[in-house]
Amino acid sequence: MSTSSPPSRRFSLPLRARLATTVGGAAGRASRLAGRGDGSVIGGVIGLRLKPDLLALLARGRQVVLVTGTNGKTTTTRLVTAALGSLGQQIASNAFGANMEAGLVAALAKAPDATLAVLEVDEKFMPAMLEKTGARVVVLLNLSRDQMDRAAEIWMLARRWRAALAAAPGCRVIANADDPLVAWAAGQARQVTWVAAGQRWHDDSWCCPNCGSHLRRDGEDWYCGECPNRRPPVRWVLAGDEMIDPTGRSRPLDLALPGRANQSNAVIAFAVAEVFGISATQALGPVRQVRSVAGRYTQVERHGCTLRLLLAKNPAGWLEALDILVPPPVPVLLAVNAQTPDGKDTSWLWDVDYRRLRGRQVFVTGERKLDLAVRLEADEVAFRMVSSVDEAVDAARSKSMEVIANYTAFQQIRAVLGRVG
Amino acid sequence: MDQDLGRYRPRGPSAVRLVWVFPDLLSTYGDRGNLLVLARRARLRGLSVEIAEVNSDQQVPVDGDIYLLGGGEDLPQILAARRLAAGGGLAAAARHGAVIFAVCAGYQIMGTEFGGAEGEPVPGLGLLDIRSSRGERRGVGEITADVDPALGVERLTGFENHQGVTRRGPEAKPLATVVTGVGNGDGTEGAYSGRVVGTYLHGPALVRNPGLADMLLGWVAGTLPPADPRQEDLVLKLRADRLAAQGVPG
Repeated sequence: MSTSSPPSRRFSLPLRARLATTVGGAAGRASRLAGRGDGSVIGGVIGLRLKPDLLALLARGRQVVLVTGTNGKTTTTRLVTAALGSLGQQIASNAFGANMEAGLVAALAKAPDATLAVLEVDEKFMPAMLEKTGARVVVLLNLSRDQMDRAAEIWMLARRWRAALAAAPGCRVIANADDPLVAWAAGQARQVTWVAAGQRWHDDSWCCPNCGSHLRRDGEDWYCGECPNRRPPVRWVLAGDEMIDPTGRSRPLDLALPGRANQSNAVIAFAVAEVFGISATQALGPVRQVRSVAGRYTQVERHGCTLRLLLAKNPAGWLEALDILVPPPVPVLLAVNAQTPDGKDTSWLWDVDYRRLRGRQVFVTGERKLDLAVRLEADEVAFRMVSSVDEAVDAARSKSMEVIANYTAFQQIRAVLGRVG
Repeated sequence: MDQDLGRYRPRGPSAVRLVWVFPDLLSTYGDRGNLLVLARRARLRGLSVEIAEVNSDQQVPVDGDIYLLGGGEDLPQILAARRLAAGGGLAAAARHGAVIFAVCAGYQIMGTEFGGAEGEPVPGLGLLDIRSSRGERRGVGEITADVDPALGVERLTGFENHQGVTRRGPEAKPLATVVTGVGNGDGTEGAYSGRVVGTYLHGPALVRNPGLADMLLGWVAGTLPPADPRQEDLVLKLRADRLAAQGVPG
């Protein structure tokens, strides 16, 4: 590990770019002080307005890891950052999920001396951000239906990923081989590390992305009956609760974070660390210690009740969240909004199977609680509608409660509880 | 609306047979909702329900009562149309008087042709006299539409997300007239002919439109007794909420 600190990168930027990052940083501080958001985006927005190629300038000379996919971006970004920690270098990261260009700019501007950057990127913008940052590594986690009123259909998204990665021969792709759409999207990349990270949600991968025929599944394996497309050979494996590394050594993950989805994210983080010469043995400790990520999985006290906050934004995310609920009689609060960041269409509620909530105490809230109520009624789940978290806490009279919320509903609850975690 | 709908065919132990066609190909966003709503509303009337979910590598049974088709992206839509045409089960069921409720990509497949991945015409099943093609821009958002008065169903409320433009031939009637939103692109929304009904309201289109669900069930089971008002309360509130958000009272 190098002990001499790298020269400050800021002074290698042209004057206008330096000015753009300074003005942007001041705006970010002002935004934080004014209590509007965590201040990570506004600075980037202003900086980009002054200097549209700011991201490329800020990324120059750094090793950038981009993390994308429908679910797990923020958590995986955090796990990768933890795994790379043993390099002892400063790492730039948009740790709070601001994953569009302005958020990436803000993260890089805030850490001018960091030679490494781990950046989550919105799946729609990955191709453009790859081109601008010249990323060394791109991580593809999974691809499933999400906010289809504003996002492209996912097959179209996979096509764009595929073209972008084919055009970036110097980039190493870390891809989940168990997600056929992801595997296809990475299929023309020059360097790929395939990870058997599992796939809980199958409903968007019944068809071969290559030819449209019915995909066949045989245990973990998948293949197309009518074209050569099949699951690629894997280098890293999540098997039960254990990780198998490329040497074939198997060991328990024992994460502080709950759930199968986070085990997948962790194995992918180890595969990223390998690119930087860090062994799983080195990375395991820091990865295990990650407990909460941007408020997710945080436990908060409220009126004598311990609330655990779970974010779920789409059917695959809800499936994962329902998987990790502690068993009854602990009550559950579900919160759904349909603002622009959530997607204005609540149809996805009908892709989630809520039947496993039968027989436990369920509260529903959020701006679209009626949509959720009608959905639960169809699944014969008893529930009570409430207008706030506090109303649920007071009515439940329980020592703990599980909370699952979609994006803006989650942010609203965090605001009520005081921006925890 | 009554005369050409065929006879009510008495069934085994009065079960309504619901067939969800190709959920592996045609289910992009909550399409299961239509199945769940029909099953729930049938059971509320004391009817028993049998459900078959038929994937695209299976034969579509010919003896269902109501067939449901959902939305899909280009390649799955083309594959679904090809397999349905080759299998023949759905067309045979339609000839026997079965009810078909098709949304979005499924609606387009019911027609004589629709636009493929590059806009090229792809043959449909020809169960509805409609032709669809790709429009200039995507229609995304809430849609409300007034149903053909002959059908006796209240105003439709739903969400649409499609780029299709659909023109009707003389054999198909428009299902509804658009109040807000895009629909077929000419001010009408959806189409029906006999017992085949198609709509651009995507995904769980029947959730906010219980009257439309009851119409389909009534075509199969005869006049339905009214449902217990306590079981209707939330759905009616949701309808009112969504229609009010569009500024168009029910």
